Amino acid sequence: MSSATTTVSAAVSETATAKVEIRSVHKNFGPLHVLRGIDLDVRAGEVTVVLGPSGSGKSTLLRTINHLEKVDSGTVSVDGTLVGYRRSGNRLYELRERDILKQRTRIGFVFQNFHLFPHLTVLENIVEAPVSALKRPRKEAEAAARKLLDRVGLADKAEAYPKQLSGGQQQRVAIARALALEPGLLLFDEPTSALDPELVGEVLDVIKDLAASGTTMIVVTHEIGFAREVADTVVFMDEGRIVEQGPPAEVLDSPRHERTRAFLSKVL
Amino acid sequence: MALTSDPPSAVPLTKDPEAAAPSPTPTTSSAPADLVVVPVRHPWRWVAVAATAVLLAQFAHGLITNPGWEWDVFAAFFTTETILRAVWVTLQLTFYGTALGFAIGIVLAFMRLSANPFLRSVAFAYIWAFRSIPLIVQLLFWFNLAYLYKELSIGIPFGPSFLSFDTMGLVGEMSAAVLGLALHQAAYAAEIVRGGVLAVDEGQSQAAASLGIPRLRQLRRIVLPQAMRSILPNAANEIISLFKGTSIVSVMAIGELFYQVQVVYGRNGRVVPLLMVATAWYVLLTTALSVVQHYVERHYAKGSAR
Ligand SMILES: Nc1ncnc2c1ncn2[C@@H]1O[C@H](COP(=O)(O)OP(=O)(O)OP(=O)(O)O)[C@@H](O)[C@H]1O
Ligand SMILES: [Mg+2]
Repeated sequence: MSSATTTVSAAVSETATAKVEIRSVHKNFGPLHVLRGIDLDVRAGEVTVVLGPSGSGKSTLLRTINHLEKVDSGTVSVDGTLVGYRRSGNRLYELRERDILKQRTRIGFVFQNFHLFPHLTVLENIVEAPVSALKRPRKEAEAAARKLLDRVGLADKAEAYPKQLSGGQQQRVAIARALALEPGLLLFDEPTSALDPELVGEVLDVIKDLAASGTTMIVVTHEIGFAREVADTVVFMDEGRIVEQGPPAEVLDSPRHERTRAFLSKVL
Repeated sequence: MALTSDPPSAVPLTKDPEAAAPSPTPTTSSAPADLVVVPVRHPWRWVAVAATAVLLAQFAHGLITNPGWEWDVFAAFFTTETILRAVWVTLQLTFYGTALGFAIGIVLAFMRLSANPFLRSVAFAYIWAFRSIPLIVQLLFWFNLAYLYKELSIGIPFGPSFLSFDTMGLVGEMSAAVLGLALHQAAYAAEIVRGGVLAVDEGQSQAAASLGIPRLRQLRRIVLPQAMRSILPNAANEIISLFKGTSIVSVMAIGELFYQVQVVYGRNGRVVPLLMVATAWYVLLTTALSVVQHYVERHYAKGSAR
């Protein structure tokens, strides 16, 4: 597996990689205060792993970064550009949907449940966004897609439909689909949580390889081993706040906060 | 299945005592491959089949021998020009009614799915109104539109108008009928389309949005093709019922199939064979629609297990 995926880095390394700045972000769902003032910096080329108990707001935070979820206050910027808004003086003007969609092409998102398009073949799944959002010629996009498939070890599955693939294969296709836009930032929301245990490894290998390539990544996961191995920074969230963050050795091995310790003792 | 090397036959899953009784108890010497599987017998099923067959035969016999059906009259009128032209009118009413009805229906469906409460309420009210008013009442209203509005004009709302038309000239009988059918159909089509769109997993449009795929393209390429799976069977039902529903238009004296048949038997008094002419055409064309439905559904089933 690792030999098949070491080359993924080559596909992405040319792409400019982006830094992320999150400033006092708040988000409510009705009466529920889900994000309670999040501040987070992710340096370009670094891997940040977000840990935290269920319901702590990890997915919501990730989704605000590509504006799938609107924030109630605070700002998110990727590579120095505000996501979802335009600033003029003291005001933030919400961007038109068309401009938000354009911003999203620079941010790859991988979902827990893959969300591949079931009526399209693997190749069509990957080619769809480059063709319709970036206006790439279809031929060119298909050639690039085949290369990406080769690199996630699925060259022979181009014509298959998602239902004909295993969970691990589907998630690798979903990663290739996100990579097809050559994003500077990749967001993963529990990419292996829906997989059978024996399939987790093949997906993590692909992600590790991307990490080595220097793409900025934010990964929500419960795989502590993966965090230890790959993360530059580990962030622990609880009840809509970042409780602590730091290098994996610090946060995972000698956490300063009781809540982090309690959580880690449950997952480890 | 593993008990026999014979081609698989209907192996009963039920442990019916009837089956156990006649089957020979296997001796220790016979190999498993030699054992014979005896399916359960269903004697009462045969009785039911025989009774049904007799009834069907009687019915068929009646159709052939009862002179009341007047098959010669049926044959004489089935493909006469009057009838064929009436079939054509019926098909046109169905086609335009469906096309216009679903076009308006799609707009209404997306109005009801919209985030704007005003658009949502208007669509809701439309659907409520047009599902409440019987089609025949609606058609008569449209037919009498000219009585309400003597002329229709295009211009600035509540302001001066640039063009005006005489209502009766513009809304001819045929267009009044199409309009009535379409507006009625739109209310149902809207709900069918809305149901189909709602049936598509939300993750699909989120994935499309996260990839930056333009909004219209998301709809056309990602959401609607998947919605079609649940839209199609219901839409086919609607088209078929609209097709037969065109017979209601006979109240407006439009020469569609049912009206024309009535005209003919009004003249020659051969009611039954002429009703059979209409029936045969309705059955024939509904069958054709069902065949089309089968192939269209197969097209949209790509990539799915069922
Ligand atoms: N669209 C929504 N509407 C209302 N409440 C929501 C919505 N999305 C999330 N929530 C609530 O917000 C809280 C945080 O949800 P979130 O999905 O961000 O948690 P999470 O940390 O990702 O949890 P998990 O590990 O279970 O995925 C939860 O209590 C959830 O019920
Ligand atoms: Mg989550």
